[in-house]
Amino acid sequence: MSGPALAREAEPEVQPAAVRRRAPRVRFSAGSVSMGLALLVLAVIVAWLVAPGLFTSFNPINGAAGQQFLPPSPLHWFGTDAQGRDTFTRVVYGTRQTMLGAVSGVAVGLVIGSLIGVVAATTRGAAGALIMRFVDVLMAIPGFLLALCIVTGLGPGTLHVALGVGISAIAPFARITRGEALRISQLEYVEAGRLAGTSSPGVLLTHVLPNSAGPVLALIPVEFGAMILNIAALGFLGYGAPPPAPEWGTLLSDGRNYLEQAWWLTTLPGLVVVLTVLAIARVGHAVQARFQI
Amino acid sequence: MSRVPRLIPYVAGRLVQAAAVLWLAYTLTFIGIQLLPSNPITIELYNSSDGAGINPTVAAQMRAYYGYNQPEIVRYFVQLGEVIRGNLGWSLSAGEPVSRAIVNALPSTLALAGAAIVVAFVLTGLIVGFANLSPWPRLRSGTRVLPPVFGSVPPFWVGIIALEILSFRFGLMPVTPNGSFLSLFVPAAVLSLLLAAVYTQVLLKSVDAVYDQAFIEVVRAKGAGKYWVFAHHVVKNAAGPGLTVLGNSIGLLVGGTVVTETVFSRTGVGTVLFNAVSEQDIPLVQGLVLIVAATYVVVNLLVDLVYPVLDPRITSPVTALAVA
Repeated sequence: MSGPALAREAEPEVQPAAVRRRAPRVRFSAGSVSMGLALLVLAVIVAWLVAPGLFTSFNPINGAAGQQFLPPSPLHWFGTDAQGRDTFTRVVYGTRQTMLGAVSGVAVGLVIGSLIGVVAATTRGAAGALIMRFVDVLMAIPGFLLALCIVTGLGPGTLHVALGVGISAIAPFARITRGEALRISQLEYVEAGRLAGTSSPGVLLTHVLPNSAGPVLALIPVEFGAMILNIAALGFLGYGAPPPAPEWGTLLSDGRNYLEQAWWLTTLPGLVVVLTVLAIARVGHAVQARFQI
Repeated sequence: MSRVPRLIPYVAGRLVQAAAVLWLAYTLTFIGIQLLPSNPITIELYNSSDGAGINPTVAAQMRAYYGYNQPEIVRYFVQLGEVIRGNLGWSLSAGEPVSRAIVNALPSTLALAGAAIVVAFVLTGLIVGFANLSPWPRLRSGTRVLPPVFGSVPPFWVGIIALEILSFRFGLMPVTPNGSFLSLFVPAAVLSLLLAAVYTQVLLKSVDAVYDQAFIEVVRAKGAGKYWVFAHHVVKNAAGPGLTVLGNSIGLLVGGTVVTETVFSRTGVGTVLFNAVSEQDIPLVQGLVLIVAATYVVVNLLVDLVYPVLDPRITSPVTALAVA
């Protein structure tokens, strides 16, 4: 208890007065600047997600008559669309649909994928091999194709899209979890746990799963960014949220019909998508560097 | 000389494994399709009669004609037997055999994908080269920013912007493809960004890893210049992971092709796939899934076979597996 307090008291005496008086010279490296920007972008996105009404006073669904195809201006940052709706407002409100889809997609891929991976790593003999062949099949079918088929089967809609992209992310999560779990379960303390009489599900839950988490978690930002792009692409192809609801991919595909009149309808919302995915990639890079993969 | 006999069981094993993966892929799609509420016949009847439905006896005849009056398990084995003989079935929406629908769309897509891979190689070469050899440090670190940017950009968005600028602003390119150089190059360049993002990220990492190795110091100490070191020692040692990722990028290429072909109004495998999916043309979807999975499996097998040829340290794919 007294340790930190003592250290705090001792500190002023250790620091020479001359050093203390000099203003600290803060130099930002390129890495910390980009990390700061990335966190800023993500903070804005989260704020849009939680409270879209704070950032815009327009209605995302109902347009204003006579306000069609206005170019970007201080009032309408991203211009207006064919129905006189403010595009910036639709991007802000659309954040929720897209992010909800990406988060639930990652959750599906992470939970099912890591379960399959751990089970495959700890099941001996033919069953484990069979599970991994199943994962091989999932790997051999491109994720986007799989998502497209699933969404067609289920019909359009944000949650169906999320399920589609989520299922297509099972394979990478399963692979990396299996590799890590195999490595961990050969370590001595896992053996010690087994010898101490813990049941195999117990060993799995208390020793293998928590210790193989690092690289698996580092995959989350990578898959999250890819998922936003895939959801946007599916929305672009017409499988996203049904028309009046704003969603990033649908916004971009709507704008495609008015390329000649209104460049801002696709360009500016697209820029938001790019910045978001870039920010996630930057943070993901830092996480990966932390876990050395 | 002793390499070849060792290779035969390996290749045979890999082929069996590849066949198993394809069989599983086919079986899983079959099961998945059975879980859907409708089958190709009911969908076709609904579509062709505008939802009114038709005479039940005719519908029953149609079902019998296409084999849908039999239990699933019979249909599964009949279809599987046909697929093994190379008959992928009949596409109801295209009104032609599935294989012909795919083969007709193939040349345009192969041209697009091939051009995209070439452009991606050029981009990768430029970026990896500049990031390591440029005399200006700013350019070296600047080029390293590009790959994540490429990877974060939705290809359809770049495509739309390219169309907007090149076609609508300056009229340099027709909106629909006309066989000109630009109408192939621009979609290929858009598609190549996705690929280049993956290739460069992997290659930059493996080049950095090679530069960290001790033998590079030895080569430098012997007086080799930085270009010599890069061309003769680094590239060769760093190329392996690039080759592996080339095989894995087939999946990216498929998704990218669907979107790119849609944006640039090209007819190809991507648009056939998209139409098949939206028309719920199940035999066509099934055939495409099988073809794509087969391409993926074959390309990855080829990559594993070529690996030891390019990297003499790995004497055969058998040892390559042992190393990995």
